[in-house]
Amino acid sequence: MNQQPTSNPHSPTPFLQIDRLRKKFGDFVALDDVSLDVFEGEFVCFLGPSGCGKTTFLRAIAGLDIQTAGTVHQAGKDISALPPSERDFGIVFQSYALFPNLTVAKNIAFGLENQKLSKPDIVKRVTELLELVNLPDQGAKYPAQLSGGEQQRVALSRALATSPGLLLLDEPLSALDAKVRTYLRHEMKALQRRLGVTTIMVTHDQEEALTMADRIVVMNHGVIEQVGTPTEIYRQPNTLFVADFIGEMNQITGKAISSDRVEVAGRTVLTKPHKAAVDATVTVTIRPEDIIPHGEDARSPGVTDTLEQAENEFDGTVEDMEFLGSFWRVSLKSASVKERTFSEVTLTVDMSINAIRRMNIAIGQSITVELPAQRILVFPQGNSNA
Amino acid sequence: MMTSAAQATVQAINTAAPLIRPKTSRDDKIMIGYMLVVGLYLIIALALPLYAMLSKSVSTFYFDLNNFEFQVNNGDGWSAPATAFALNEKLKREKLKREKLQAVQPEQLTTSSDGRLAATVFFPDFSFRGSTRYRIRQINPASSFLVGSRQIVDTEWHEFESNEFRRIYLRASRSTGLDNYRVYFSTPALFLSMKNSLLISLISTLITVSLAFGFAYALARSTMRFKGLFRIIAMAPILVPSLLPGIALVYLFGNQGMLKELLLGESIYGPIGIVIGSVFFTFPHAMIIITTALAISDARLYEAAISLRASRWKTFWTVTIPGARYGLFSAAFVVFNLVITDFGLPKVIGGQYNMLAVDIYKQVIGQQNFEMGAVVSVILLIPALLAFSIDRVVQKKQVAQLSARSVPFEPKPHKQFDAICLIYCVLVTVFIAGLIGVCQYAALIKFWPYDLSLSLNNYNFDVMDGGGWVSWYNSIRLALYTAVAGTIIVFCGAYMVEKTNRFVATRSAFQFLAMMPMAIPGMVLGLAYIFFFNNPANPLNGIYATMGILVVCTVTHFYTVSHLTAVTALKQMDREFESVASSLKQPFYKLLSKVTVPVCLPAVLDISIYLFVNAMTTVSAVIFLYSPDTTLASVAVLNMDDAGDIAPAAAMGMMIFYSNLCARLLHLFVTRKVMRKTQAWRTREGGSD
Repeated sequence: MNQQPTSNPHSPTPFLQIDRLRKKFGDFVALDDVSLDVFEGEFVCFLGPSGCGKTTFLRAIAGLDIQTAGTVHQAGKDISALPPSERDFGIVFQSYALFPNLTVAKNIAFGLENQKLSKPDIVKRVTELLELVNLPDQGAKYPAQLSGGEQQRVALSRALATSPGLLLLDEPLSALDAKVRTYLRHEMKALQRRLGVTTIMVTHDQEEALTMADRIVVMNHGVIEQVGTPTEIYRQPNTLFVADFIGEMNQITGKAISSDRVEVAGRTVLTKPHKAAVDATVTVTIRPEDIIPHGEDARSPGVTDTLEQAENEFDGTVEDMEFLGSFWRVSLKSASVKERTFSEVTLTVDMSINAIRRMNIAIGQSITVELPAQRILVFPQGNSNA
Repeated sequence: MMTSAAQATVQAINTAAPLIRPKTSRDDKIMIGYMLVVGLYLIIALALPLYAMLSKSVSTFYFDLNNFEFQVNNGDGWSAPATAFALNEKLKREKLKREKLQAVQPEQLTTSSDGRLAATVFFPDFSFRGSTRYRIRQINPASSFLVGSRQIVDTEWHEFESNEFRRIYLRASRSTGLDNYRVYFSTPALFLSMKNSLLISLISTLITVSLAFGFAYALARSTMRFKGLFRIIAMAPILVPSLLPGIALVYLFGNQGMLKELLLGESIYGPIGIVIGSVFFTFPHAMIIITTALAISDARLYEAAISLRASRWKTFWTVTIPGARYGLFSAAFVVFNLVITDFGLPKVIGGQYNMLAVDIYKQVIGQQNFEMGAVVSVILLIPALLAFSIDRVVQKKQVAQLSARSVPFEPKPHKQFDAICLIYCVLVTVFIAGLIGVCQYAALIKFWPYDLSLSLNNYNFDVMDGGGWVSWYNSIRLALYTAVAGTIIVFCGAYMVEKTNRFVATRSAFQFLAMMPMAIPGMVLGLAYIFFFNNPANPLNGIYATMGILVVCTVTHFYTVSHLTAVTALKQMDREFESVASSLKQPFYKLLSKVTVPVCLPAVLDISIYLFVNAMTTVSAVIFLYSPDTTLASVAVLNMDDAGDIAPAAAMGMMIFYSNLCARLLHLFVTRKVMRKTQAWRTREGGSD
């Protein structure tokens, strides 16, 4: 998961400039002064829970539901008030919106007609597009005769037929079953790289966003919480919402003591440097896979399995174990008899199958884990946006 | 240097993003333009006529005697001006002395819009041979007077010789008020017909809904044979005018009826006849609705009931009835509305038993009292509107009941139950087919009951009253025009409402207008058309008494159901088709012609056959609007029956039946053919998963 935004050369002016976009439906503010730059050739994902405004954002960019205020520039041109027909984009919807009474070929050719293209040229282009999405020889079929994945690819090629400058994807994979979805993720990403078309995809599936996007825009309640590469979003969430929404996260309420220490359930823990004021109530977080399990001998000298920060060790009893295929998710409850424990805290720890086997871990057993300080993120409480 | 406060202000201005006024695309402009055209159509064809009717119902007309002044010259110079009121008062006083004098009495002053009062009544000594000269003027131009047929509205003095003065008539002044309603409610006969209408409608509703429920239940829940045949026969009443069962009942139970004794001395002319006929013509409407309601019930509920060892009886009351309750409500309201607004049937079989819809006819055609006709119309609107709005509320609730995961119920054979169902359905279909059969028989008999030999004499319409074969030909024309024009107007209107994203206020106003005709009884609409289109000041006056107004009226009368059919079909289309088309820079009309219409073709055909059949059978909407050049078959049935030519009336009714049957069969044929050709995509052959 080491995608860097290398595919775009970050030309000085962004391809798409969105400035303080605001959309109101009556009194409800669906988009609250949202600004974003998208660069040429970039694959950007809008990610967020349902109702966060991501689809509204996409539809405003498309001109399908024009914003109340704010501007959109595409390739230097102000398109803020233009109807969709005067903009330059192709779009794929969750439902694909394939015309049921037209064959696959006619669906794809729909946008090519009235474009000063000769009939043979249209046929050629359609054949080309069908090959591009790996559906040669399917042109004569009707959409209902294709599988969901095939329909999705037809919709994609119809959107790409007129070679638009911008490709918009509104949850294009969510109607498909898991296996097809994983396969199409790679297909679509590869296609997008090959064509170099600037793409914005709306999704509520974090895995989809993490694997496909060059940059992810995490949205909540009509505002952008964070924009960044998948690794940035996962490793360095700016806000508790982002931390919580993407991946699993242990969350414990604590109190800031200094810029790199917090007090949690009666213990002081070293954390990554944070900005919370001293004595402020904070949420202390760590991802389950960042917690390192240690054997009983962890603190004996000469053993490779060493503790790095004695302050951040923690004893607990295995309360529950959930097998998730490639790893185990273990619930660890503070064992109150020992001094190295938190009072009344349950931690979720992801442990490799090897570790479970090696350490012979079973329900009821006590183990020691370490919470690496660099992985402990502290967020001030009381403001969901901070 | 700027102060920091000023800087902050500048910053605040800079940070406020500009408001965006979306640019209207060409598509949007065309669509809003079209929506306005159809909206305008509905305003002209519905809202304005209704308004005209409403204002008519609160208009009263009276002779304002204070507004007319007279001068007399007997050769010795002009007398001092005296008002008609003063002259009348003088008459009243002198009456005590001279027995023969007749003053105008107060009750004579109230009149209708057409009322006229001879000016000579105020001059007891008037003689048209005399040499006396008269002058008349109005004080203010609120009224007018006639010289022969010339209307004078100014306030100048006009001078006449005696011979001319006898042709002077005073016209009434108009005022607004609830007087007409007061008169209505104090006229026992009129008030009684309101009670009659409600009573008959309630009884008919109860009987029809129960019968139709049993029928639909038998069709849905038994494994009896001949289901298709039963369904077809049960639908037949839709193809005939509502007054046809009345004619059949006359032949069966009338004064010379075949089965007269069965009534045990009761007369068929009256409530009994109206109820039986109403059950006949409303039956298919109720059956369709209830069948749909039963079809959506979920088999899983029945499996649950069986697994809980519930008896058939208990299952019926705890699963079937609650599941179908919205359908039953809906059917009840539809039937109630049909019965209370129907005019043809009580006209034919009602005898002396008055109903609201017939009152309108009598007031307008019989007594030429348009104001009172308008009052009865407004009163007839109330129960219809009420039933309509309750039905809308109930309909909205039903939507939630449908679930995509429901499993359709598959009936299992049950010998005894199936036999009962079969007998029941046979009885109902015998009743329906029997009435139509009696009509057919009546049409073919030479002279009931004296000469029972068969002949086609009764079809020789050209020798009877009612307009002859031209009426039938006119009806076919009306039905075709209505079907074509109506389908285009309705479908496009529905498309605009359903597929435009913007102009929310315009769209909901349009939607409201489109739903209204359902609640407007045909007679009320027809009468409203007279008030609106027959007004010489109306620029659209030209279409009065033409085929045009009949088409407009019929399309409007049957607008709602057609609109709902179109909207339902359009709702099933993906909402994003329009978005995709505009992103591909294709105009909406290309999408409309290449995708929307072809996909909706079955619905389009359904709308056109619905309009055709109803245009053939409707009486109420057009009874006030046909002219000698545009007589219609359905009206001919009524008029021939009125004139005592019952057998030819039956024959004409059967002509309507044959025509509609042919249209139906043609529709079936075309639909099948079109489906095969353009709906090939519906078959999933060769699907790869």
